[in-house]
Amino acid sequence: MFRGLRLVPPDTKIRFMAMHKVNFAISLAMIVASILLFAVKGLNYGIDFKGGILIEARTQGPADLSHMRSALENLELGEVSLQNFGRDDDVLIRIEKQEGGEAAQQAAVAKLREALGPGVSYERTEVVGPQVSSELFWQGMLALAAAIVAIVIYIWFRFEWQFGICAVIAEVHDIISAIGLFALLGLEFNLTSVAALLTIAGYSINDTVVVFDRVRENLRKYKTMPLRDLLDLSVNQTLSRTTLTSATALLALLALYFFGGEVLRGFSIAMIWGIVVGTYSSIFVASALLLYLNVRHIAAKDEVPATQTQTP
Amino acid sequence: MLHFSRWKTVMVLAVCGLAALLFAPNLLSRDQLEALPSWLPTRQITLGLDLQGGSHLLLQVETEAVVRDRLDALVDTIRSTLRESRIRYRELGVDGQAVAVTIADPAEVEEATKQLRALDPDTALTADDDGRLRLELSDKAVRERESAAVDQSIEIIRRRIDETGVREPTIQRQGASRILVQLPGLDDPQRIKALIGKTAKMTFHLVDDTADPAEAMNGRPPPGSEVLPLIDRRAPAGAEPRLVVRKRVMVSGENLVDAEPSFSQGAPVVSFRFDAAGGKRFGDVTSHNVGKQLAIVLDGQVISAPNIREPILGGSGIISGSFTVAEAQDLALLLRAGALPAPLEVIEERSVGPGLGADSIAAGKLASIVGTVAVVVFMVLCYGLFGLFANLALAVNILLLLACMSVLGATLTLPGIAGIVLTVGMAVDSNVLIFEHIREEARAGRTPISAIDAGFSRAMTTIIDANLTTLIAGCLLYIFGSGPVRGFAVTLSFGILTTMFTAVTVTRLIVVTWLRRTRPQLLPI
Repeated sequence: MFRGLRLVPPDTKIRFMAMHKVNFAISLAMIVASILLFAVKGLNYGIDFKGGILIEARTQGPADLSHMRSALENLELGEVSLQNFGRDDDVLIRIEKQEGGEAAQQAAVAKLREALGPGVSYERTEVVGPQVSSELFWQGMLALAAAIVAIVIYIWFRFEWQFGICAVIAEVHDIISAIGLFALLGLEFNLTSVAALLTIAGYSINDTVVVFDRVRENLRKYKTMPLRDLLDLSVNQTLSRTTLTSATALLALLALYFFGGEVLRGFSIAMIWGIVVGTYSSIFVASALLLYLNVRHIAAKDEVPATQTQTP
Repeated sequence: MLHFSRWKTVMVLAVCGLAALLFAPNLLSRDQLEALPSWLPTRQITLGLDLQGGSHLLLQVETEAVVRDRLDALVDTIRSTLRESRIRYRELGVDGQAVAVTIADPAEVEEATKQLRALDPDTALTADDDGRLRLELSDKAVRERESAAVDQSIEIIRRRIDETGVREPTIQRQGASRILVQLPGLDDPQRIKALIGKTAKMTFHLVDDTADPAEAMNGRPPPGSEVLPLIDRRAPAGAEPRLVVRKRVMVSGENLVDAEPSFSQGAPVVSFRFDAAGGKRFGDVTSHNVGKQLAIVLDGQVISAPNIREPILGGSGIISGSFTVAEAQDLALLLRAGALPAPLEVIEERSVGPGLGADSIAAGKLASIVGTVAVVVFMVLCYGLFGLFANLALAVNILLLLACMSVLGATLTLPGIAGIVLTVGMAVDSNVLIFEHIREEARAGRTPISAIDAGFSRAMTTIIDANLTTLIAGCLLYIFGSGPVRGFAVTLSFGILTTMFTAVTVTRLIVVTWLRRTRPQLLPI
């Protein structure tokens, strides 16, 4: 009889709620650290949001970085950064946003091409003007805010407002800590990073919903069980699913991190962190917070709910 | 719950078969597709510019210039109107979105008001006590003007790009004053950018030979003349040759009907032909000014200033400058396509070379394959036979996802591949939810059939809740996002939809079929 690999044994009876104060402290510390990192160190904004020029050039033979650097510095284009990546003939050139509006950006690209001369092929050229970059930034933030609000409204409709509040706190917790990670590692923050943040939000809420569904079910089933035990029971019952799903998602993301190429690396790191912290927060933040909101009376007044599932 | 009616089974299988059929074109080459009979689907997944290489250019139409042109024209009209009516005026000029003029004699204000009011139906005239009149262009007229300029620009850009032979360009309006140009598969965006960026306004002017060159070069050209830069490749380095040119336009490029690159005395030139009106005017100008220099001005630069040796009456001529062959070709192309109504600026550019695009596809494919294999192996390790069922459902899921994308013409980008990889990771979630419920029920002592039945029905609400929340996020990402965010949102949203379908129906069909065949006493889970 095949029993299958178990990441966690069945019928765990871990007393998650007993450690909730410690976990709240950890979470709080992480949030404060993230905000501080964001405030002090700030994010390494990519050209999507900051404006500027990014060029991926391929030289014939290994690139002579110092030679290229001095050629470019003579152009007085402001801050220029050169970096080898992948192969030794691939050079990533970043130039800060040029003063003088939109046309100045294009002029700078032309000057750069002239300075580097022939024999260099341009694999990628991205130029984002000052106007577009600020629009992209606000659009990205708008998408982020809209998604969070919509998710919370959905939870609020499907569950009770208490669940909605806990879910949104957990979600904001995950997003802030992910932003903290971006600041800490100096990962480039661009449009793809916004997509990563939103997916973290989606994944985190997905995880939370699974636990909450079980909590709701148990609230109806065990009307007299103390809330703390009931939450422990619900988390334990869903623990096997939570770890399995997180594990498969992590496997997929690790593949993306190692094989997906340079462009998606930052995205994969953020997502991997998001899955870890999203799993943590659905148990230790979202569920534990339910302790403090009076969810017990929901089950009482909700005697014959339409969505009640069959229970033995 | 576990009963699967025959027609449902047929439907599920039909959907899978259809998905396979719709996905199939992606496996074929372009030539093979063309050889297929027409009733077969031929749509392939569209690859984003980041994967196939190409250029994405966002252009801003300088609409202020259009309005400014119109106001300048209004100034000219007002000047001639007032002169004809012998009304004395001062301080005539553009003031914001209006033209202002002060009438010198208060007795003539009424007459002037009458005259100017009749000039332009799009303007509103206001007068104050000391004889100052303002003709304000209405906001509606400004908007119409700007909108027409954007439409016209799109048309001109299309003509210019079509002539270069770029395949399947996308040229569309974005917002009030922007144009998005996408050029797939392009390896040298510089030339196209140069072509698009030129206004290509060509005019013929007489060179002002009465001007004192030294005086003019110091910024004091005679009234009615201006100093323009002269493009001359033979000039010594560092020298910036300039020419004093009369402002009056003798003939304009609008009258051109054709322009072709050709050779004259071994050098590349552009030969052109005027329409009837232009040809007549060109004939008049050249007849009256034999021996003088005629300046050909393109976008504020003199490209050539030949001497008029004899009247040119046939309505055609050549522009000889110090061109290279490519320059002559591009100039002819620009003149044929016509001038832009307003200058354009590239405000966003994203170009990817075809080589890098191919690298990205390879990396994405590798990541997808490795990720899928890891997930597949892991599922079998965890659930044995049921893991195999989940993997079968996962395969159907990916097939459905790719079929949907092919049929709807959705664009696959690099972040989109990341979305697929993530879908692979999360797609098994619904199955895991079901299987965990089944395990739980089986442990509680239920018979296999009843455990499976309960497992599916109990997991249902959770599956719907969990996936719908992610789907909401995906849709909002698509609506508000741009670029990579959108590409990611597309695959994520499709992935969730197909996941819900496969988890609920395909997995169930597989499990039920297996249950009927084997009638197990104990569940291998």
